[in-house]
Amino acid sequence: MAIKLYGTTASTATLRAKACLAEKGLDYEFVNVNMSNKEHKSPEFLSRNPFGQVPAFEDGDLKLFESRAITQYLAHAYPDNGTNLIIHDPKKMAIVGVWIEVESQKFDQFGSKLAWELGYKPMFGLTTDDAAVEENEKKLEQVLDVYESRLSESKYLGGDCFTLADLHHLPVLKFLFGTKAKRLFDARPHVSAWAADIQSRPAWVKAITA
Amino acid sequence: MATPPVKVYGPPLSTAVSRVLVCLLEKDVPFQLVPVNMAKMEHKKPDYIKMQPFGQVPAFQDDDITLFESRAICRYIAEKYPNKGTAGLFGTNPLVKASIDQWLEAESQSFNPPSSVLTFQLVFAPLMKLKQDEALIKQNEAKLEKVLDVYENRLGSSRYLAGDEFTLADLSHLPNTQFLVEKTDKAELFTSRKNVGRWWSEISTRPAWKKVVEMQNA
Repeated sequence: MAIKLYGTTASTATLRAKACLAEKGLDYEFVNVNMSNKEHKSPEFLSRNPFGQVPAFEDGDLKLFESRAITQYLAHAYPDNGTNLIIHDPKKMAIVGVWIEVESQKFDQFGSKLAWELGYKPMFGLTTDDAAVEENEKKLEQVLDVYESRLSESKYLGGDCFTLADLHHLPVLKFLFGTKAKRLFDARPHVSAWAADIQSRPAWVKAITA
Repeated sequence: MATPPVKVYGPPLSTAVSRVLVCLLEKDVPFQLVPVNMAKMEHKKPDYIKMQPFGQVPAFQDDDITLFESRAICRYIAEKYPNKGTAGLFGTNPLVKASIDQWLEAESQSFNPPSSVLTFQLVFAPLMKLKQDEALIKQNEAKLEKVLDVYENRLGSSRYLAGDEFTLADLSHLPNTQFLVEKTDKAELFTSRKNVGRWWSEISTRPAWKKVVEMQNA
């Protein structure tokens, strides 16, 4: 199979790439990387991702790492498959590009730390750092206030339709919604509606249950 | 000459602002730099927040669109003017673009966090008379060293990060590295690594970046 995704379903970055492949309806081979055996630090894996992180990706001869580079590649290389995740009008796509960076630079920073403290640590039998939770919840709330304002004027973050700007949030949302951090989203009506909408997309549901 | 349609809001000393400025200069796109008085909290006032809802610099306007987030602005500029100035900043075909995106994401996710903390702690905190956090400096120096080891390996077989040509992926590293190499005692993190040192020397002496550094020192 030409498209291969190397990773683990416990990784938000791997799920980000999976979400995109699912929305595009593309066939691919999922290759599990055994992180508890440190497979991601093996020389073979490092040749796919020199940072020793998941996911890694290939499409024929093209090899890529960084989940948001993988999703951008898929969205542009397969425009006619499945859901259109980008906008072809350059001015409108520029706005999508802004909110793609907002997820990357602002939401993910605090969202991932909360997912680690409230989601992953209990899974691994580690103790949650309450001070870190409080600090990161405060910072995430500031970001969500901006989202609330944006989503009161725009159906989706990048504009009128669902794009990569929304899709990139799905994995961290999945982890946070299973924790007390969900209340931060519930408290903001437009954010809450948007989060419910994107998480109920059939492609995402399929990506996390398959 | 008519006022250029492109406006960049913010001080050139801001790493994010300088990232946009160097991109515009590489692409030969005329622009107007609009000062934002951050000491007077101008970036938190309603008029500015309308352009940048997080109250940060830069904000950017081109004709009727307003953008923020420096890397989004750079991608927009490179795509809007593919044939102006330095060609190939964001690739000429989807495969090349994917490779550039990959290293631009690496900068954004792996290089930027530790280098930003070090830049703040070692350059800006003293200027703002804030106490430095030694533990944080040590922690982030260790993280940055790991990233630079990956770069050292990559740049041993590739002239620039994404391939044979200078691209947005290299450009994005200019602002933080400039501070760390020129304004702190951490220059040897870069210069002691042969390939990273060679790469830094090439990208930092490009005329567009030298112009930005002049603007920062003005």
